[in-house]
Amino acid sequence: MAVCWKKNASNECNLPLCFAFISGFKMKFAIQINASPYSSGCGESAYQFLTAILEKSHQVYRVFFYHEAIYQAFHFMTPPDDEIDLVRRWSELAKKHQIDLVICISAAQRRGLLFENEAKRHNKVDNDLAEGFRISGLGQLVEAMLEADRFIIFR
Amino acid sequence: MKKFLFILSQSPHDGFWVQETLDIILTVAAFDQPVSLLFLDQGVFQIKKKQNSELINEKNTTAIFKAMEIYDIHDVFSEVESLQSHGLKPGDLFLPVKEIFRKEVSLFINKFDMVCGN
Repeated sequence: MAVCWKKNASNECNLPLCFAFISGFKMKFAIQINASPYSSGCGESAYQFLTAILEKSHQVYRVFFYHEAIYQAFHFMTPPDDEIDLVRRWSELAKKHQIDLVICISAAQRRGLLFENEAKRHNKVDNDLAEGFRISGLGQLVEAMLEADRFIIFR
Repeated sequence: MKKFLFILSQSPHDGFWVQETLDIILTVAAFDQPVSLLFLDQGVFQIKKKQNSELINEKNTTAIFKAMEIYDIHDVFSEVESLQSHGLKPGDLFLPVKEIFRKEVSLFINKFDMVCGN
């Protein structure tokens, strides 16, 4: 699950992660998610972690979806009525807290998640991206890693 | 600037994990951040010589690993116990690795600002 965190370069937050939760210190978090919604509980863990840090008024700099996690953003996922709509839950979270949800473009294209313009460029008709997500490159992940006080991977 | 350590513990040629992880590593290096690699567990097979990935229609990741020098990635480490338990010696690998013992790994990891396991 969560495997990665470390102090930022200026050492200003060289404190254990739990410190962020018990003190008033506000941190900037960047999150990477690696698994699809129905293959593991990774998305659920990430979602609950995000709601917990937002509740404590920490900042979420960016959530980056990589590997199989691009399936977390498929607009047309249609679960049965008695199941939670995981994609819509991300869209709502993004809207409520203005969180930057980024899908990796190369991982997405490989797996057939295209937004409209991109599909056109490949002579395809498609528009899969759910509301609240945007598609961009790995540079956005690295920038988030560098900007955040804590970077955490859910896999 | 942050010091990055990537811990590679997945076996190669099992889906796209290794290739997509390499994309992150090269992007971090392209941002001029110092990058080190640590091969653990089945990850040691990623740098074994004589891989024929074209036989299973997969990209040859050996070429990408070898290109890392161009990106200034020279610090490559492997755990002694992982090599031994998979029957490998440093001579079986196409990258020169510095060996570290399992008991040193946690202290080693502490030297980095950013630790990414995939």
